[in-house]
Amino acid sequence: MAVTVLNKDNFKNEVLKADKPVLVDFWATWCGPCRMMAPVVEKIAEEHPEIKVCKVDIDENPELAQMFNVMSIPTLAAFKDGQLTGTAVGYQPKENVMRLFA
Amino acid sequence: MDIIIIGSGPAGISAALYAKRAGADVTVISRGRGALEKAEKIENYYGLAEPVTGAELEANGIAGAKRLGVNFIEDEVVGVAMNDDFTGLVVQTPNRTCDAKAVVLSAGSTRLAPKIPGLKELEGKGVSYCAICDAFFYRQKIVAVLGEGEYALHEAEILLPHASKVMLFTNGKEPVVEIPDTIEVHKEKVIAVEAENENGMERVCGLRAEGGALTPVNGLFIALGTAGSVDLARKIGAGTENNRVVVDGDMATNVPGLYAAGDCTGGLLQVVKAAYEGAVAGLAAAKYARRS
Repeated sequence: MAVTVLNKDNFKNEVLKADKPVLVDFWATWCGPCRMMAPVVEKIAEEHPEIKVCKVDIDENPELAQMFNVMSIPTLAAFKDGQLTGTAVGYQPKENVMRLFA
Repeated sequence: MDIIIIGSGPAGISAALYAKRAGADVTVISRGRGALEKAEKIENYYGLAEPVTGAELEANGIAGAKRLGVNFIEDEVVGVAMNDDFTGLVVQTPNRTCDAKAVVLSAGSTRLAPKIPGLKELEGKGVSYCAICDAFFYRQKIVAVLGEGEYALHEAEILLPHASKVMLFTNGKEPVVEIPDTIEVHKEKVIAVEAENENGMERVCGLRAEGGALTPVNGLFIALGTAGSVDLARKIGAGTENNRVVVDGDMATNVPGLYAAGDCTGGLLQVVKAAYEGAVAGLAAAKYARRS
């Protein structure tokens, strides 16, 4: 599945009201580790249809970063049933990200 | 430049030798003493009829690389990043920025961050290891950098245009570089990173010094001593785990063109292991540089 691009208008529907677990990648264009994270996140979207994979450009959506206390990027956040269930900060290999959903 | 090698210990020099002999243009950037230089006597390395000092082995290594035409720059690396169009790498020092097709991290292993309560727990909640990544979150806020050298100053200078105030906490040490007046220096020992709780979300609110005084800060950036291979890897987005850089069989990290060798990859802290890894990294970097 493709990675869903989030903004403040679609966040609630796409993440909080989603019918499956959601992975959100908070990133920005200037952040080196975020660039390295992108292919990992895309791969998870491809290989794990049971997870909805999304990303938030924090430069365009600072309010979403603030809402979830994101203060370092990349931050990978896992949501289930509208609740934030776990986060990981900095570049993470796929296995580490998947551990958020274990 | 084709290849920049960070560090002039056995891993870095072996990488330089193999890359140079493979036809690449190679520059080694390093400064200060490595772990080998401090070794009193080495007698478990191949080909030594008599034990040698670490310093002697290292000096011989550097001399041999110079003889083959490897360039040497004495400078402290404070950052490795991708270039603006993401086609290559740049290595930053306080004095210069150098482009490279490939980079080998071989600056040794770094000691772990001091065990200050709150430091680990608040990572991502105000404690950061990358000023360039996270300066954005501290616009018009108060930040502190934990460190005492060029590396800490480099991080502080990235934060200056964004934050309302930048402080340097040396944690009981004397600063080893001149700190400009725009950065407030605190030399007291930090005994805890304090957090506040807002709507169930924790974030850094201050630094507790020995003696009990609390200095309010919104963020704390860690940049102790000189930037080691793991620090540099983390900031560019190379995988790290348990204070070591994660590499494959070619000593390649997940960042295209970035390799690591020696103590920073974990395992045996031995010359023979560093030399082997350096050789592999040097050859792989030369091959990569030829292709790009």
